Amino acid sequence: MTVTVLYFARLREAFGLSTEQIELPQAIHDISSLTRWLRERGGVWDAELAETRTVRAAVNQVMAAGDTVIKNGDEIAFFPPVTGG
Amino acid sequence: MGVRVQSEDFDVGAEMAALRRGNPNIGAIASFVGLVRDMNEGADVSTMSLEHYPGMTEKALEEIVEEAKRRWNVYEVLVIHRVGELRPLDQIVLVATTSAHRGEAFASCEFVMDYLKTKAPFWKREETPQGARWVDARESDDHAAERWQEVEQHGE
Repeated sequence: MTVTVLYFARLREAFGLSTEQIELPQAIHDISSLTRWLRERGGVWDAELAETRTVRAAVNQVMAAGDTVIKNGDEIAFFPPVTGG
Repeated sequence: MGVRVQSEDFDVGAEMAALRRGNPNIGAIASFVGLVRDMNEGADVSTMSLEHYPGMTEKALEEIVEEAKRRWNVYEVLVIHRVGELRPLDQIVLVATTSAHRGEAFASCEFVMDYLKTKAPFWKREETPQGARWVDARESDDHAAERWQEVEQHGE
């Protein structure tokens, strides 16, 4: 399946990337497995998405958890905890 | 009324006047204005930039407004949040709520602000003499938002 992935704030800066289309292997079915898969890119990907860093995710613009299922065509976003207001 | 995400400044007086115009049932308006400070975490802040997630930001704010309307008897809820480049003294955010009485206006205004702080996808980046840095989320903001969950549970 193909998904659109967006990165914001510290993650966007670290990856040098704000959005990408990704063709995912079949084993990737939720936010946790996608996060692990992205970490395999190594370097800043492994560092910024590590469990020790607090990273939030959204699926189709709604806050998501690790077990939130992802489907073909979804818009997925990764970002640090929010700091507005 | 409603939710606006914009780079332009806002006029608090004009917004408050528009919010209550023509509704004689309104007995109270509560408002909160957030400002850019010149000092954060011990460093001088020269400019701040606010990044957001277009689309999700509006959805998240609308959901918070709807939740406030479910919890309290309020007529109007207004949220204006600025994005882009800001400087010390600038206004960042306005939340205003109208109600028949002050209690519901005060409570709903504080609720919207507390939820906005932890649920709306905005990120602050500060320019300081030591370089640029992303502002860290505060644990105290999480606790402020959690208080309202306890209120909900006690009410059930």
